[in-house]
Amino acid sequence: MTDRTLAPAAPSALGEPVTKPARRGSAFSAHRMSFVTWLYLYVSLFFVAAIVLLPLITTALGGFKTLGDLRVHPFGLPGEWQWANYTDILLSGRYWQMLGNSFLIATLTVALTLAVAAMAAFTFAHVTFFGSSFLLNYFLIGLMFPVATAILPLFIRIRDLGLLDTYWGVVLPQVAFGLGMSILLFRRFFQNVPKELFDAAFVDGCGYLGYFWHITLPLSRPILATVGIVSFVGSWNSYLLPLILLNSDAKYPWPLGIMVYQGEYSSDWQLILAFITLTILPTIIVFFAAQKHIVAGLTAGAVKG
Amino acid sequence: MSSAISAVSTGRRMGIQGKLPVLILFLPPALLLFTLFVILPMGEAAWYSFYDWNGYGIPEKFIGFKNFETLWRTSAFATALGNNFLIILVSIVIQLPLALWLATMVSNRIPGAVVFRLIFFMPYVLADVAAGLIWRFVYDGDYGLFAAIASMFNVAAPYVLADRHLAIYAVLAVIVWKYFGFHMMLFIAGLQNIDKSYYEAAEIDGASRWQRFRNITLPLLAPTIRLSVFFSVVGSLQLFDMIMPLTGGGPSNSTQTMVTFLYSYGITRMKVGFGSAIGVVLFIICVTLAFGYRRIFMRND
Repeated sequence: MTDRTLAPAAPSALGEPVTKPARRGSAFSAHRMSFVTWLYLYVSLFFVAAIVLLPLITTALGGFKTLGDLRVHPFGLPGEWQWANYTDILLSGRYWQMLGNSFLIATLTVALTLAVAAMAAFTFAHVTFFGSSFLLNYFLIGLMFPVATAILPLFIRIRDLGLLDTYWGVVLPQVAFGLGMSILLFRRFFQNVPKELFDAAFVDGCGYLGYFWHITLPLSRPILATVGIVSFVGSWNSYLLPLILLNSDAKYPWPLGIMVYQGEYSSDWQLILAFITLTILPTIIVFFAAQKHIVAGLTAGAVKG
Repeated sequence: MSSAISAVSTGRRMGIQGKLPVLILFLPPALLLFTLFVILPMGEAAWYSFYDWNGYGIPEKFIGFKNFETLWRTSAFATALGNNFLIILVSIVIQLPLALWLATMVSNRIPGAVVFRLIFFMPYVLADVAAGLIWRFVYDGDYGLFAAIASMFNVAAPYVLADRHLAIYAVLAVIVWKYFGFHMMLFIAGLQNIDKSYYEAAEIDGASRWQRFRNITLPLLAPTIRLSVFFSVVGSLQLFDMIMPLTGGGPSNSTQTMVTFLYSYGITRMKVGFGSAIGVVLFIICVTLAFGYRRIFMRND
C-alpha cells in the first residue's frame, strides 16, 4: 500500500518524465500494450468467440437451406434461401402455443416467487419472533439438493392433488424449489434498509404491513428484478419438471415441444434447425436488449446465494 | 426530545402488537409451499426407497435395503457416478483455467471487451435442451459440421455421439462450451474487487505479467475460484437437460449422469421405490459435498 504514494514521485525524482500512472492496472495495462500482446489478445478472443458463435450461426443459416444443401455445405450461406422453413413454423399454431405455455408458466412462477419469498423474507429481516432463525435454516435446506432427488414423490404428490398436466402443477414445485435462494437474496437486501426508516415509519403510525407495502417494496426494485430474472430464466429453460408433470402436447413449454418436434422430423435437420433458431430467438433478443440486468442478475443471484 | 423518544417507544409497542398479523399473513404461504413440495417429497423419497412400489395404492411391499443393493450392483450407476466426477474434473482442469484466462483478458478496458463478454456469456442463457440439440447437429455424421470437416480431409465422418468411447468427451465439450461464460463472469466480478493499487505497486517493482498474475490475482481471487468450483460440483450433480437431446444417456449407458440414470431407470419404468433410492443417494452425495466443501474450503468466505 505504501508503494501507492511513492508511485508518482519516484520517476520524477530520477529526472525522468513522469509517466501517466496506470488508471486501471491489471494483468494487462492497456496503454502500454505492445503489438505482440495486442495480437495475442485479439487472436485468442476472436478464436474463442468463433467457437461459441459458429454452432449458433450454422444453426440459424441451416434453417434456410434444403436438406441436400445442408448435407453438402453445412457451412456458409444457403444456395437458395428457403424462407418457407421459417415461415411455415411461424404460421403454425404450434410454435406460438409452446412459447405461450412457457411464458405463462414463467410469469406465474415469477409472480408467485416474488410475492411469497418477499413476504417471508420480510418477516425474517424485520420481525423478531421465537424460532425465527430455525425457520430460516429450514428454508435454506432447499439450497442443498436439486429437484431431481425428490422427483418421484413430487410426481405422486402432484398426481394426488389432481394437478398433473396443469400449469399450476409445474408452477408450484418450481416456486417451492426457488424459495430458499429467493428468501436469502431478499432478506439480505431488506436488512440493509436503514433502521431509521423503520423507526420513522412507526412514529407516523405505520404498521408492519404498511411498512412492507409503502416502504420496503418501492425500495426493493433492484432485488425484485434480480430474483425475477433468476426465476424467469430458470422457468423459461426448465425441462425436467414439465417433462414429468405434463403429458399433453398442448401444454408443453418450448424445451419439451422442441424435443417432440425433433422426434417427429428426426432427420429433416433443416426444419429442426429452423425450429431451434426460432425458439431461442426470444431468449437472444431479450438477452441483448437487457444484457446488463440479465448478466448482473444471474451472476449476483449465484454469488450472493 | 423526550416526547420523540416516547413516540418511538410507543411505536415499538405498536409494532409488537402488529407482529401477529404479519406472522400469520406473511410466513404460511412460503412455509406451506416449501413443506409440501420440497421437504415432504424428500422425506417420502427416503420412505419409498425401502419399498417395491409402482406408484399406485399404498406402498406395502417392504424390501429393506434391497433397492440400494440393486443400485450398487447396476453397472450403469457406477458409470453415471464416474461421469459425474469426470464432469467435475473437466470443469476444474479445463473450464476453470479457460474462464479465468478469458476473464483476465476481457476485464480490461480494451475495445470490444463488452461485446466479447456478452458473446461468451450467451451460451449460458440458452436452454440446455437447445444447446444439446444444436450440438447434436454439429456432431451429426451425415449433415453436421463434423461431417463437413471430415469430408474436407477426405476421411469417413465419425459418428461421435454413437461411439461409446467418444460420446462422453463430446458431451464434456458441450458442457464447457455452455458454462465457461458463466464462470468467466464470476471471475470478472472477482477481478473487479481487487484493489488496483496492488498492480500499480507490482508494476513499479518490475513484476512481470505472469508474476503479477501468480502473486496478486490468483491469491486474491481464491474465494471466487472456490465458488466457481462449488458451482461446477452442484451443476454436475444435476446435469440432465443437456444429456437428453445429445445422447439420452446412451450409447449403452456410457453418458449417463446420476439424474439421467434416475430418469431412465426410475421414472420411465415407474419404479418409485428404486427411483427414490437413487434420489436418496443423490441427496446424500449433494449434502455431504455441500457441507464438506463449505466446511473445508469456504469457511472464511
